[in-house]
Amino acid sequence: MQPAVTLRVTRYRPEQESEPTLATYEVPYRKDWVVLDALNYIKDTLDGSLSFRWSCRMGVCGSCGMKVNGSPKLTCASFLSDSLPGPIRVEPLDYFPVVRDLVVDMSDFMRKLKKVKPWIIRHDERPLAEGEYLQTPDQLDAYKQFSMCINCMLCYSACPIYGLEPSFIGPAAIALAQRYNMDSRDEGAPERLEILSEHDGIWQCTFVGECTKVCPKHVDPAGAIQQYKLTGAIHWLKSLLLPRGAR
Amino acid sequence: MDRFACDVLVVGGGGAGLRAVIAVAETHPKLRVAVISKVYPMRSHTVSAEGGAAAVIKAGDSLDAHAYDTISGGDWLSDQDAVEAFVREAPEEMLRLEHWGCPWSREPDGHIAVRPFGGMKIERTWFAADKTGFHMLHTLFQTTLKYDAIERYDEWFVTKLLVDAGRCQGVVATELATGKIQVITAKAVILCTGGCGKVFPFTTNANIKNGDGMALAYRAGAPLKDMEFVQYHPTGLPFTGILITEAARAEGGWLLNKDGYRFLQDYDLGKPEPKPVLRSMELGPRDRLSQAFVKEQEKGRTLEGPYGHYVHLDLRHLGARVIDTKLPFVRELCLKYQNIDPVKEMIPVRPVVHYMMGGVSTDIHGATPLPGLYAAGEAACVSINGANRLGSNSLTECLVFGARAGEAAAAFAAAQREPGPSVLAQADDEGRRLEEKFRRKTGGHERIATLRAEMHETMEESAGIYRTGATLEKAAEKLQSLQERFGDLALADHSYTFNTELTAALELSYMLDVAEAIVHSALRRRESRGSHQRTDFPARDDAEFLAHSLAYRGADGRPRVEYLPVTITRWPPGKRVYGR
Repeated sequence: MQPAVTLRVTRYRPEQESEPTLATYEVPYRKDWVVLDALNYIKDTLDGSLSFRWSCRMGVCGSCGMKVNGSPKLTCASFLSDSLPGPIRVEPLDYFPVVRDLVVDMSDFMRKLKKVKPWIIRHDERPLAEGEYLQTPDQLDAYKQFSMCINCMLCYSACPIYGLEPSFIGPAAIALAQRYNMDSRDEGAPERLEILSEHDGIWQCTFVGECTKVCPKHVDPAGAIQQYKLTGAIHWLKSLLLPRGAR
Repeated sequence: MDRFACDVLVVGGGGAGLRAVIAVAETHPKLRVAVISKVYPMRSHTVSAEGGAAAVIKAGDSLDAHAYDTISGGDWLSDQDAVEAFVREAPEEMLRLEHWGCPWSREPDGHIAVRPFGGMKIERTWFAADKTGFHMLHTLFQTTLKYDAIERYDEWFVTKLLVDAGRCQGVVATELATGKIQVITAKAVILCTGGCGKVFPFTTNANIKNGDGMALAYRAGAPLKDMEFVQYHPTGLPFTGILITEAARAEGGWLLNKDGYRFLQDYDLGKPEPKPVLRSMELGPRDRLSQAFVKEQEKGRTLEGPYGHYVHLDLRHLGARVIDTKLPFVRELCLKYQNIDPVKEMIPVRPVVHYMMGGVSTDIHGATPLPGLYAAGEAACVSINGANRLGSNSLTECLVFGARAGEAAAAFAAAQREPGPSVLAQADDEGRRLEEKFRRKTGGHERIATLRAEMHETMEESAGIYRTGATLEKAAEKLQSLQERFGDLALADHSYTFNTELTAALELSYMLDVAEAIVHSALRRRESRGSHQRTDFPARDDAEFLAHSLAYRGADGRPRVEYLPVTITRWPPGKRVYGR
């Protein structure tokens, strides 16, 4: 077993440096360790000034997305043993402004998430006293996969369209819009369609499919975008062909 | 320093905090309400909860049955008026979340499905497969987005509560992205910062669970209640401490010792049946199961691996279909983090620190004894959980008491005047403290990681599943010396932008305070009850200790422990009986 592994980690402290650089650290190799454990080793014993986000260490909080050897990954789910013999490159996610070191600014996503109205929209609320909305397991399955998004931002970092056109609303936000559209309790699809059909909406996606490949939760944002394009196209055709009342 | 102002400020954006902030927005739409959190709300640790959330909904169940399970599970340390309110309001809160879109698992006819859970006599645990907390948190967070009135301060770290004229009037915080020290004044503050599992080395808790709110309240003069009660969950993965949900046992999983024997039958928890039996064997309460593990280890009947002793959780007989539909996350976690497939292999598990029954002392409305300060969720102790929480009560608690605290804080805030100038002077002092003692600090010899590791070791040795007076005494001394050494901290990072060394240092100081409260409260409780087991006082002592401990920060900085009677309404203290 190899005794140590080399990590090359992006350092960028805007108060001191004008450009990001790569720093090299030697960390002990342990077969149970993930990249995040190695980063914590660096922070605890080698350099307390390295900054990165992390929390649950079980692949569900979505905090620790970074690029590992060039691919967007959750560092808590990326074993050192998968990248031997090293060196292992750890960099901030692409296409987001870097705040510092491995920390990116994701406020753009937070604005876009709100824009797609990711909540249940109904014309009439059923009173709580009347109990739950019935929803069969099949109806649940229709949107369940899109509800698994942990907002980790890997899909944005993998999306070449987002890289070229930051106004693109992006894979996760579209998947979450679709999560509500497909929910049998929701009646908000027309409102969301208008938002998504705007110029910076789904039409920009050329079905590269990278978002689905990197998703750690198998959400399939690319599938959501394609479903949406079809709905959007039908909606557009109807608006041309049908008299107003029948749309 | 910039100044921001609101009427109600919620600290923490997990299940309790988001429910509280919505309660304020709905009941008092004219109030300015905000949530401040050191992480984006959807990163909060509620996200990791797996098994489910309890509320009576099915025919054949009753509020009294839920109350009795909770009270007996808590070894009669729960306040029964609080438990009665909790079970009464739980169903409506859970339905509300359903109306907000939570993807609850369903019966074939579309009704809510429920599953059995440990210590519960009837199936009443709602679930969203085994990612219940994740779905609840994202549903709540996405629902908050529809209220334009709700402001958010994402990735702001609170360093101090501002208290003036005997009431809490806001906070000082650092904005992580810029490092700016900011003040937010408020007429009421609700602490929803979660627990403090990270004071222990081996825990299911996320990195952010440092007892921030508990320490903030304690420093502001509010007492911490029942801090000696620390829940060990019986089934964590060795090394990572990743939780394997109790739902795995509820669906029929078995706990086996090294001989393949269902060892719980030796610990007065019932007889082994092929199918799960409620309040029996693997569906006993967590404290009893974790204690059984220690006894089993003493008998030499556990297995030993690189990360200590463990036993097996066997799900193989459930089959791939049940595992994939009811426990998909268990399979995902085992495959990804332990490199085993529970469909074919047994899962190595050992008890792991999971939950704090104790917390900031509140009444039934979430109010602390400090006017203007409220708390809810794991950060608080109302107490419904007593000496041992039942699985699936905590998510529901976040909703019921998050809503209660939100409403009560809003009503309080609506009757208050704007905070005066003296809180701003306090905020300036706090800004200076942060600059001088941390950001510009040079010299010093102690590393954060070293002090943290020594605290971990101290807590595991003294405040684990079994405790004794002698080790607790030693731990109290050790923690005091760690507090002193904290003053000699060496910090490498003097920058403003996203300085995580600064937050780690402040978190360590919070954890040291909370650790002291745990150890001193445990030292003074000379009895065994629920999760607090003293080998030198092995029996429950209702005459002396049917009471909540209250740890106040004394003038010397050490905890001063007082007691408060338990509220008993309809269930006089009795014997905890499982499996019979």
